[in-house]
Amino acid sequence: MASTTAKSFFWKGIRDSTPFVLVAGPFGLLFGVLAVEAGLNLLEIMTFSVTVFAGAAQFTALQLMQEQAPTVMVLISALAVNLRVAMYSASLTPYLGGATIWQRALAAYFTVDQSYALSIVQFETHRDMTISERMAYFLGSVGLIAPLWYSATLVGAVMGSQIPESWALDFALPIAFLAMIAPMLRTPAHLAAAVVAIIVAIVSAGFPYNLGLLCAGFAGMITGAQTELMLDRKRLNA
Amino acid sequence: MTETIDQTTLWIVIIAMAVGSFALRFVFIGLVGNRPMPDWLLRHLRYTAVAILPALVTPLVIWPAATQGQPDTARMSAAAMTILIGLVTKNVIAAIFAGAATLYALLYLLG
Repeated sequence: MASTTAKSFFWKGIRDSTPFVLVAGPFGLLFGVLAVEAGLNLLEIMTFSVTVFAGAAQFTALQLMQEQAPTVMVLISALAVNLRVAMYSASLTPYLGGATIWQRALAAYFTVDQSYALSIVQFETHRDMTISERMAYFLGSVGLIAPLWYSATLVGAVMGSQIPESWALDFALPIAFLAMIAPMLRTPAHLAAAVVAIIVAIVSAGFPYNLGLLCAGFAGMITGAQTELMLDRKRLNA
Repeated sequence: MTETIDQTTLWIVIIAMAVGSFALRFVFIGLVGNRPMPDWLLRHLRYTAVAILPALVTPLVIWPAATQGQPDTARMSAAAMTILIGLVTKNVIAAIFAGAATLYALLYLLG
């Protein structure tokens, strides 16, 4: 971990993550604001953000608790929203699975949309990285974002509802994710996966417990895999 | 706002979510570790990001909570512009700024 190249990959992770300052900042701020409005105190809000460390799931839980949904439903829904991190974990395993158990536990805690999206691109395009370089890059990708998420939550909780609605903070997340996805659509298989996922997401939007998200995700992944197989076969036959 | 949240419920949710979220993240990277995974699984995993992230964002773009779920020209145009610039430039920051600029311009003009 201490080698010079590992260190430089840590800093590369930090540098690559800077656009997501524009996401984690507003997103954390928004969670702090909404949690205060829902009646949570500072200790509760910070414990929530630091231990759970999963923005979308936290928003879901907060929303459902305010609607007085049964606790079991709150948990099922919030964890369903977060099921995607299990897929990220699986997707990162071929690259980080060789690290020590403590490093893997640390990586597990820090597996979020941003760290996953940055790392998977880096690992796929730089196949010759060592395990410690990959781990350094991964930790770098949250080295700036994680502290920012905690402190933005704190600022939001303290400032409360003084943040005007006209800032449209709600849309920071969609813009950031779309900006991240678009450059990843580099093969017909990736494009097909995204298009099918979007269509299924629209059709299944009414499903309870956010199950639509998982249906759409699985449909997209199957489409991507099948398209890849089909194109490979065509190439072999040609 | 709505009714206040019960303290006990809140702490149960926080603790269960902390444990549950970690378990979801640890399951593969921690438990599978260095053992090889089958080809068919890896082939599907390659498309995780490009499937799940658009699926997550689509409802937020079409039915934004900020407009009580009413489709909104400014937000949809901003999303379209973000994708377009992202596809053309392959640059995340350029796409973010294009999307944000479109959003603020249209919110100002239409608002």
